[in-house]
Amino acid sequence: MLLDMLSAIWSQLLTLAEVLKHTFTKADTVQYPEEMPYLAPRYRGRIVLTRDPDGHERCVACNLCAVACPVDCIALQKTEDEDGRWYPEFFRINFSRCIMCGMCEEACPTYSIQLTPDFEMCEYDRQNMVYEKEHLLISGQGKYPGYSFYNVAGKSIAGKDKGEALNESPPVDVRSLLP
Amino acid sequence: MSDLVLYLLVFGTLGGAFAGAAILVWFERRLLGIWQDRLGPNRVGPLGIGLALADIIKLFAKEDWVPPFADRFVFIFAPTAIVMAMLLGFTVVPYTSELHIADLNIALLFFLGMTSLAVYSVLLGGLASNNKYALLGGLRSAAQMVSYEVFMGLSLMGVVMLSGSFSLVDIVNAQAERGWFVISQFFGFVVFLIAGIAESHRLPFDLPEAEHELVAGFHTEYSGMKFGMFMLGEYLGLILISSMITTLFFGGWLGPGFLPPIFWFFFKTFILICFFILLRAGIPRPRYDQLMSFGWKVMLPLTLINLLVTGAVELWL
Repeated sequence: MLLDMLSAIWSQLLTLAEVLKHTFTKADTVQYPEEMPYLAPRYRGRIVLTRDPDGHERCVACNLCAVACPVDCIALQKTEDEDGRWYPEFFRINFSRCIMCGMCEEACPTYSIQLTPDFEMCEYDRQNMVYEKEHLLISGQGKYPGYSFYNVAGKSIAGKDKGEALNESPPVDVRSLLP
Repeated sequence: MSDLVLYLLVFGTLGGAFAGAAILVWFERRLLGIWQDRLGPNRVGPLGIGLALADIIKLFAKEDWVPPFADRFVFIFAPTAIVMAMLLGFTVVPYTSELHIADLNIALLFFLGMTSLAVYSVLLGGLASNNKYALLGGLRSAAQMVSYEVFMGLSLMGVVMLSGSFSLVDIVNAQAERGWFVISQFFGFVVFLIAGIAESHRLPFDLPEAEHELVAGFHTEYSGMKFGMFMLGEYLGLILISSMITTLFFGGWLGPGFLPPIFWFFFKTFILICFFILLRAGIPRPRYDQLMSFGWKVMLPLTLINLLVTGAVELWL
């Protein structure tokens, strides 16, 4: 019993010594507003819509992001321009609902919607948390430079007919008998 | 000592104790931060020292509210009692051989009596709140403080035996001849240290307020400056216990002559305060029954054996 007691006291003293050692260790604190933390390029922060290398919107208004979104914070309406390109008439993300899960980015077939390493988006008015397309659309290409959906897809638009896309063979004439 | 010096000393002690307690709130949080690899409060003023002032302003600016179900008079009286008792305890602390407010020949007993009076504050605060958590906290503190008081007093009897006086000045002077009592009265020192923590109910013996179980214990219903008084009392108690340990076991103002004696007194007290904060940072809180059985089954026999051996050595050697 005495031995137990002494070992217990010894253990407490060791604890104190261990805590005292931390006088000389550096604090782990990052003093945030003055000292910005490093955020990985794949950090899931503010959502943007990107453009392809030609400066067209990448978004084709397929609605997959809106479907994938677990909190239903994305709303958009598809429309089509005179070239035959699909694009969203409006694209709205309610960031007061968004949970930055990145499901929309995973669902996007055109690399259009992307999450960025920026989280400083506080607002005094909740209504300002609703971002419209002009707030979301950036002029750059984001994380996948050089990718253009219409250049690799089979859809024909003005200036690019069927069979002219990258790595696409010309369309087969199904009425011909030739092999 | 002239009257002017005495008045200066009284008001100096009063102001110093209050200022010390206020700064301790900040200092403790900084130190805990350092030991937990954080920074602690560092926003208000240089190193965050303005926090002490900001805290006081906040406490004074809060609504002075008494719950309608509380026993009004006792509820208001309780927090003042602890501050009064602790401040009265400061009157016997000798800063140097010349600089002391009162050199009573029963100074040690006076100190013990004053710290005992602090029990009433916690007990009445818990009782008057009319709240089950406060009552449990008050109950715990009463049992804890009463039982730890027993050997808190007894542990000092070894010191009294060696120095042959209850006067704190005489005790320090005796240490000039016989060496610091922390060596000859090591077990007395350990017991007094532990009992001192329990008496000022700081962590790890803060079971009366144990915020994990009892909301905030005896001061659950307190807010504003009445709560501030409890906090003030606790920090005053910390300073008082530290300065008493300095006086009784670490030779008070004694020290190498290249610095004035008063420096050595405050330096030793400061180191002890840091040690108390280290205990808070490092030691977990025991269970209540463990606390009580530790007190009665370990501390009390240890004190009595220490007393017996000290007496025997004094008598026959």
